[in-house]
Amino acid sequence: MPADEAFGSARRVEQCMGTVFTFDVRAPGVPEAVLDDAVRLLHEIDATFSTYRADSEISRLARGELTPTECSADVREVLDRCAELTADTDGYFSAYAAGSLDPSGYVKGWAIEQASDLLVAAGSENHCVNGGGDMQCVGGAGAGRPWRMGIAHPLGVHELVATVVGCDLAIATSGIAERGAHVLDPHTATPPRGLASVTVVGARIGLVDAYATAAFAMGERARGWLEALPGHYGFGVDSDGTAWSTGQWGEPAD
Amino acid sequence: MKRVLLSVTGTVLGLVGLLSFKSHGSPLGAAGALAGPAGAGSGSVAPQPPRTTHRSNSQSSGRGNAGNHHHAVHRSATPTSTTLLGRPIQTPYGVVQVRVTVAGSHITKVSYAQLTAFDGTSQQINSYAAPILVRQTMQAQSARIDGVSGASYTSAGYEQSLQSALDKAAGLR
Repeated sequence: MPADEAFGSARRVEQCMGTVFTFDVRAPGVPEAVLDDAVRLLHEIDATFSTYRADSEISRLARGELTPTECSADVREVLDRCAELTADTDGYFSAYAAGSLDPSGYVKGWAIEQASDLLVAAGSENHCVNGGGDMQCVGGAGAGRPWRMGIAHPLGVHELVATVVGCDLAIATSGIAERGAHVLDPHTATPPRGLASVTVVGARIGLVDAYATAAFAMGERARGWLEALPGHYGFGVDSDGTAWSTGQWGEPAD
Repeated sequence: MKRVLLSVTGTVLGLVGLLSFKSHGSPLGAAGALAGPAGAGSGSVAPQPPRTTHRSNSQSSGRGNAGNHHHAVHRSATPTSTTLLGRPIQTPYGVVQVRVTVAGSHITKVSYAQLTAFDGTSQQINSYAAPILVRQTMQAQSARIDGVSGASYTSAGYEQSLQSALDKAAGLR
């Protein structure tokens, strides 16, 4: 896709990891080859971590053909982070939520973060990498303009339910809308109750995405947990449609 | 992370100004086309004076800077409408194909040519995700939303299909 010269921006859309990634690079742009590298990185991560590929490291690890120490540095890092997240979230985030090893809940956000870091290293100052509705925003959307990101209403109301405005932030939403009730409470192996969706906003999408998943799994407990979570903002919609947000947000826009 | 603002909008009216989407990187966008309120090109936008033959004054259409001057690209004459089909995009949860009507350089209508799902859950997802995105495209002009969190599968497919339709439109011009 050609760079948009009028805005000094470029956009790239790539299917990977069972979802779609969008790179939205605003001025100053980066060469197309950098976007090629970022896309390649996503596919490499997928090849390493996919539970759908029998030959991935994760699949081999799950089958016992590899030990953790025999795995690549990336796999060891992801497994370590998953273990930390399980501890940080009272067990509501788990790479074993469905029984067997599946770190996908962390890998997608981590992959977005890696791709965003690659763009930064190549000189990008303003971009958003969006992986299936979870995003890492770097800088702003333009000169002096923050990113404005809508949050889809989870209850079929055909509208956005809120807008997040800011620079240098990560946003992730977990809920019933995206893929049905796909998040399970690891403690009960059943879908959580009480929440239709929860959005977490923070600095880095790896953590933010995992926190959103954990918070959604918590159901009614999510709000209190997010209130106490330093450096992060929470926004939720309960099953009855009631919207809430944790403190510390800035002045409402508009 | 710097300052973050959250705007919770409770009414449909309150949402009108928020539901917009700038299609950066599209060929039409590059031509300065995605500027001006929804429905522009239909002649219904009142405050714009008729275009004159004086191309050198400030009222003339300026494509190069249209992104910053929304009113600069309005035309008084209604251009011929062309309807184009986007590529059908396979998502893990169904097929999305967008149909776009373009009048001159303006998108005047966006609808779905295909919106299929493999199971009931996806159908529900699609039926609620679609109107959000259609409205975003129709109101691309005010450029106030850069993306949407949630409803991802359909929205990404939508975006890809829309992009391919816009590519076709650009090829015709």
